[in-house]
Formats: sequence, C-alpha cells, structure tokens
Amino acid sequence: MSTGSISAGRFMGQRVPRKEDARLLTGRGTYTDDIQLPGMLHAAFVRSHVARGTIAKLDTSAALALDGVVAVFTGDDLNDGVGSMQPTMMLEAGGPPLKPLTVGEVRFVGDPVAIVVAETRYLAEDAVDLVELEIDPLPPIVDPEASATDSDLVHPELGTNVNALAEVPPDPEWAELLAGAAHVVKARLTQARQTPVPMEARSVVARFDPASPQLDIWMATQSPHDQRAVFSRLTGVPEHHVRVQAKDVGGGFGQKMFTQREEQIAILAAVKLHRPVKWTEDRRENLMASTHARADIIDCTVALDAEGRILGSYVDLLEDCGAWPVGANGGAGGAAAAQFPGPYRIPKHAFRSRSVWTNTCARGAYRGPWLLETVAREEMLDIVAREIGMDPLELRRKNVIRQEELPYPSPMGYPYDVMTCDLTLEQAAEAIDYESFRKEQQRALEEGRLLGLGIGLYAEPTAMPFGALSVGIATVRVHQTGKVHVSVGSGDHGQGTETTIAQIVAEELGVDYDDVVVLQGDTDVAPFGAGTGGSRTAVVYGNAARQAALEVREKVLRIAAHLMEAAAEDLEMEGSRISVRGTPARAMTLAEVALTAHNNTMALPPDVTPGLETVAQYDAPLAWSNACQMCTVEVDRATGQVNILRYLVSEDCGTMINPMIVEGQVAGGVAQGIAGVLYEHLVYDDDGNPLTTTFMDYLVPTASEIPDIEYFHIETKANSPNGAKGVGEGGAIGAPPCVFNAVADALALVGARVYDQPLTPDRVLAALTAAAASQ
Amino acid sequence: MAALHEITATVNGERRRGHAEARKTLADFLREDLALTGTHLGCEHGVCGACTVFVDGVAVRSCLMFAVQADGAEITTIEGIGPADGTLGPVQQAFRDCHGLQCGFCTPGFIVSVHAFLADNPQPSDAEIREALSGNLCRCTGYQGIIAAVKQAAVTLAGGEKVAAPAGATH
Repeated sequence: MSTGSISAGRFMGQRVPRKEDARLLTGRGTYTDDIQLPGMLHAAFVRSHVARGTIAKLDTSAALALDGVVAVFTGDDLNDGVGSMQPTMMLEAGGPPLKPLTVGEVRFVGDPVAIVVAETRYLAEDAVDLVELEIDPLPPIVDPEASATDSDLVHPELGTNVNALAEVPPDPEWAELLAGAAHVVKARLTQARQTPVPMEARSVVARFDPASPQLDIWMATQSPHDQRAVFSRLTGVPEHHVRVQAKDVGGGFGQKMFTQREEQIAILAAVKLHRPVKWTEDRRENLMASTHARADIIDCTVALDAEGRILGSYVDLLEDCGAWPVGANGGAGGAAAAQFPGPYRIPKHAFRSRSVWTNTCARGAYRGPWLLETVAREEMLDIVAREIGMDPLELRRKNVIRQEELPYPSPMGYPYDVMTCDLTLEQAAEAIDYESFRKEQQRALEEGRLLGLGIGLYAEPTAMPFGALSVGIATVRVHQTGKVHVSVGSGDHGQGTETTIAQIVAEELGVDYDDVVVLQGDTDVAPFGAGTGGSRTAVVYGNAARQAALEVREKVLRIAAHLMEAAAEDLEMEGSRISVRGTPARAMTLAEVALTAHNNTMALPPDVTPGLETVAQYDAPLAWSNACQMCTVEVDRATGQVNILRYLVSEDCGTMINPMIVEGQVAGGVAQGIAGVLYEHLVYDDDGNPLTTTFMDYLVPTASEIPDIEYFHIETKANSPNGAKGVGEGGAIGAPPCVFNAVADALALVGARVYDQPLTPDRVLAALTAAAASQ
Repeated sequence: MAALHEITATVNGERRRGHAEARKTLADFLREDLALTGTHLGCEHGVCGACTVFVDGVAVRSCLMFAVQADGAEITTIEGIGPADGTLGPVQQAFRDCHGLQCGFCTPGFIVSVHAFLADNPQPSDAEIREALSGNLCRCTGYQGIIAAVKQAAVTLAGGEKVAAPAGATH
C-alpha cells in the first residue's frame, strides 16, 4: 500500500526530527505569557454578565482606589480616535462597526466594557470585582432562526440581523429537474457550536516608546504581519515603527488568525500608559468570549435519477455568527454552500447562505471554516443512500469524479485539475475491507449489536488565492561561515515550519539540515506573509523558499566556478561541499565561497555582486488536497455510547515534505472532528448564558477517547514547483461526517435516525427509543 | 497588598527562595518569581494538566496548589527533568522521535505525567497508557504520537533497545 515519496531526497520526503522540539521539550520555548518586561503591567477585563442590555451604571472609582491599580479604562476613555480594528482583507467589509470597549448596549455575555491595568494580574482581577457594572437587561436574541426573522435586532442601527447573504438561486430548469427526478431527498442537518481551544489561550504583551515612536508587540498570533498593519491602523503608529513577534505559539486552529478586540484594547492601554501591558486570557474567557464556530443549520435537497446518479443539489444555510463576527467569518458561509457538490459529478447546484447576528460570542475561523460543505454533503449522501436503497460506497463510486474526467469544471466554476478523490475512496475501501465489514455488521446485528461504517470523502481548496493568502515570500541568506538563515512570513503555531522549510532549503541549496535555521513569526526579521492558516505553508512559503534556495545555489556555483577555474554547469553541491562532477577531489566548501562573497569581493567574478542572499516571491495557484476517511463504530444500545473500532485516512496532499508532520496534521484534525461529533458542545441557555465555561463542561477529548489512526498516502504532484498541497485542515474537514455517518449507519440497522450534532449518548438513546416506539 | 510569605524550596536541585502572597498559586510562583516559564497554564482549574510538576516526588497540578504549600518541598519542573547538560532524557527523546508534540504548550505537563506514570507502571498496556494520559489535554496531536512516545520511553527506560517508533500506523 505504501507509495513512498515520489520526491524523496536527502531531506525532502523524510521523517526528519523537528527543529522546534528540543526547546519545547525542555521548557525553553518562549510563549507570549513567558515574556516579562521591566515595568510591565497586567490587564484584566470587566465583561458583560448578561447577553443583551443597556449599561445603566459603570463606576470604576473603587477599582481605581485599590493600591496597585494603575488605570481602569472604559469605552469613553479608549474608543475615540482609534482606527479600523479589521484585518486587512476585511477593511471593506460591512457589519457592525468594531469598537474596542462596548458602550451603551452590551451584546453577549463576555462583551468587554472596561479594562483594568494593575501591577499584578491578581490585583487586576481584584479590581475587576470592584468595578460597579449595572445593566438593564433586554430580551436576548439567541436562536439564529429567530434572528433571521428580523423581528428584533442585535444591531438596531443596521436595520437587519443578516450579516452576510450569498446566493445563487436555482435556474428555471431546477423545478423541472425536481419534477422529473426519480428521487428527491431532503434533510435538515446541523452542526453544534464549538470553539478551537488552543491549549495556549490568547495572549499579548505591548510596549510603546512614544519618543521613537516604537510599538513592540509580542503576541500569540498566526499572522504577525497582518497584525502589524492592523495595530498601525488602530493606534496611528506608522507600520514601520511597529514590530510584532510571535515566538512560540501554543496552537491556534484559526482562532489566532485575526486579531480580536481584547488584544487591541490591551495595546491601546499600553500606548496610553507608556508602560508595557500584558494580557493573557484565562480559559473561562477563552470558552466564553474568544471565538466560536460551526453553529450551522443547513437544509439540503438532492435529486437523483433512477440509477442513483446525482442530477442536482440545492442547499440553504443559516450560520450563527454571534454579535461581533471576527475577520472573514460570518461571511464565509457562501463558500460552504457553494462548494457543497465537492468531488462529485453534480451538474447543477444552487444555494442560499445567510449568516445572522445573535447575542452570543463572535463566530471566528476554526480549522476548515467552511467544512460544512463536506459535512452536509457526506451526511446527505448517506441519507440519500438509505432512502433509495443503495450502498453508500456504491453511491459514491457512481458519482465521484474520476481521473479520466480531469480537468473538470465544477458547477460553481472551481477548476478541478489535480485531485484523486476516486483513488482515495478505493484505497480506503480496500484498507477497511469494506465487503467483509458489511458481513460482520450483519453477524453482529444477529447478536443484537449495532456496528456502523462511515465515509467522509472530500476535496479541499488549499492555498486559496484570496487576499494575500496565496503570496509566499522567502529570504535565504548564507552567512560568512556557510550557515544559512531562511525567513518567511509564516505564523507557526505547531505545524513544524522551522523543520519543513529547512528540509526544502537544505535539499535545494545542497547543505545539511543542521546548517539551516528558519526564522519566522517576527515582522522585523521575515518578509511579508499572510501568516499560517488556510492550509498553505508548504505551498506558498515552501515554493518561495525553494526558489530562493535555487537562486542562491546558482550564485554559489558561479563564484565557485570562478575560484576553481571550472564551468559552473560542471559543479555540484551537496553537504555544503562543491565539487567538479566526476572529479570529486576538485572541491571547495560553501564556507570558503561564503567568506569570499562577503570579505574578498576582489576575488569575485566581475559581474557578481557581493553577499549570498536572495529573496524570492511566489504567487500560488489553488491546490486541491483530497482525502477519504473511513471509520467503524459500535453503538452501545443500553448507554448510547459510541465506541470507534477503526479509523483510517487515505489522503493526497501532493508531495510530502515530511510524512511525519503530514500525519501529525491529519491526526490532530481528525481528533478535533471526532471531538465535534461526539463530545464538544458550547451550550447557551435561552437567556444567552453560556453554560460550558470550563473544561469540566466543555469536553475536549483525552487519549482515552481518540482511537488509533491509520494513514494511507497517495502522492500526486500538485501544479506547483515543489508539488505540495496544503494539509493543515483536511483531517478536521473529513472527520465529522465520517464519524457521524458511522453512527447513523449503526442506528439505521434498527430504524433509528439522527440529523444533529453532537451525537451525545442521550441523543443516541433518544433516537433508539424513538425508533423502538415507532415499530 | 496582602502580606508576603517567604517560600524556600529545592527546585530542580537548587535551593530557591521567594516571597509570595498566600493566594499565589505554585504555577504562578514558578513562572513569575522563579522565571521557570516551562510550566504552562492551560485552564487554571485543574483539568488540562499542562501545569503538572513534581512536588516531593508526586506529580501535581501546580495551578491547584498554593506556593506557600510548597515551602520546604522538593520540586522538579520541565526545566529540570532531563539530563543536567541540557540534552533530552528518554521520555523527551521519545516525544521527539514519535512526533508527540506540535505546538508544545501541553508538552511539559505530559512529560512530567509520563515520568510519574512509567515510574509506577514500567510495562504498561495500551489501555493503561491511554488511561494514564487522560489527565492531560493535547489539542494538536490527536494523542497518536504521544501514545507511541510512551511506548518507546517504556522500552528505553527498561534498558531495551530504542525502538524507532513511527508517529502512528503508516501504510
């Protein structure tokens, strides 16, 4: 089954140990909260305790009187004169105007209304308790369907609750198609509200020197460069006087892609006070007031002919985007609805997507922000299969786009060029021994046991050309001793960018892996980049770094050729040793060339400039990663508990730079997908109170809940020089329908049906009970 | 400001002294007063296990303990759990070999917990490993590499050959 690596080199395609690990394993990493600056103050927030209401009283005097409290700022102190708080790609976006601290009407539990700055965090939290905040409550809008009626408004000044509307209405032939179809299957599916939960919550340290002026920010962010621009616009400090550093970042999964209000408020406080300010979010704040995701309702219609060929589809999506959606989210539903056809031959598709404001926490990016397209489609295909009496694997085989049909124009106009969904479907089916499982399932049923199999098949657009997301810029510098620095504008938060980019440069330049260090996460050090997020690092930075390395190599060989009196094309370099091909004794080292290039420019060829560094730019085309996930489960009829028996992933992310890291990304995503279906659920009560604000209530799965994951790889070179496609989000995209379908498959054996996530034991039991009652 | 209490403890083999309010957690004392920032805080309510350290030989959650309670204690944190020369110990090396970490934030707590677990149960079954790890949350790895790392570390600590364990079952 192993395909190996089509591109295996000395470093490319190898399971190279990570450069990041040594410091992280010994407690010597530097996360933002580890930063301690002289004179640094600590911030804590006063937040709304009701979902919606009018601030009747906000008295900070007692808090200010507490010894050790330096400042308490409200919106009246901080909001005036601030610039846009939006990320660059959303500068033209509509929606509620973001202000730092809320004045007047609060719009969710957790809405920040004041910031306390004190000598210690303990004192800051003491002072938060001393701020007198009284709010006259208003009836909150918590249900997105109620919000969509516009009968009451979250942001009255905007005249509607619809944050974003995207629509491609059915064409006139749609009604005719439905009337003539052998099967028309409809279902309403939901995803429950979840949150990314990076183990390191949000954190920022800001220091402002008014004389220079210079604004230094240390921050747990996925995108340092865009934060630099955001903070420049926010504070008015020119962008070249702002430095943003993200040293080690403890996960993000989208939550740290765009800056939210709290970090910006803390920065404004530091600018106002001329003293460093640190704010680190606690877990309660993170679960209550950072960003939420997934809260979706989607109505699906699929029409098929008598043989099970899909004729067309229509979906109507309603996203809950909370009161203050962050970044591009809240408006991303159109992408989910549009991509519903996925890797299938669906000649006609139409959709409507609405996101609506509610009095809940903001919607934000979360690994696969529009994964609903896959979740809804794959769950729907299983529902279709049951309705029309066809095996779900057969239904997919009949409709999946095959290799010989590529390139294939999707109904929504996305060009499908290189993808292997059909191949991963077959690889996964063989690996799980599909036919044998179906027999085992029947045998188990005869014993009264419920086994199920789920499939999640999908293609994921990675390195999307949206805003700056497709742009990769890399600098490669060979120093005087022949050691190499590479810098890229990524914002690594666990992906191993220091490792994979070093593998690429070592391979292409011809040096050892240990001779390369990758610098990233620092706007003063790295060239512009749109950070890390959206499954693109290997594509955008990987190709830019590759190109820069090749250009430096060419210069090295030109200099070496001159020094060795040989022809450059006769030279090769490996392990930092340059030799004449076929005459290995004639050789010199990269260090010798580097020393000459920097210190003995008289010895350089006349047309060669000094130094050994170059910067390369790459604008990536969209690259379709794809995968098929399959799992088997057993549902306990007495308890409703779901036990995953086997879990496997067949994936194609193009050329794998480091299969170990690819599998790590897949596994982490799969675990988050399993979590969303079986365990995690952010719950609000009818009054808009969040009920899951600790890890005792919001159930992040442990090692006991996540099964062994088996990996199968297909490597199909992407349409880019290094052949890589993005892989960061795929695991999370395919897992939810895979798990959901397996449970639904088991339940269907006894006529039970499920349509909603999460599939908690009580919901599974309810479905079993309802099925038993109807028989 | 509330009264400060003197705290003296042996931390990673060194005698350290500091002053803290009675309410200050051991985790904050280690991080802020002793500048041992390798101990991380992931929830501050005793669930995630990121802040796990050894106190008098027992793995404890330093977010649930006051610094004053550690007065006179012997404490080992992630900074002191490996060899004195700064290289990786067997558990740390196993995490590196098996890709048992990504962002690294939860990792110090896992390393300490795994040390405690393997000391109690040097030859654990897979089920025992999963059970033992269930007091620590990781959001990046799906636990695949961590479980493989515990298996490798058990072999290494038992004096066996280091097994080149893959990050998971690979085909």
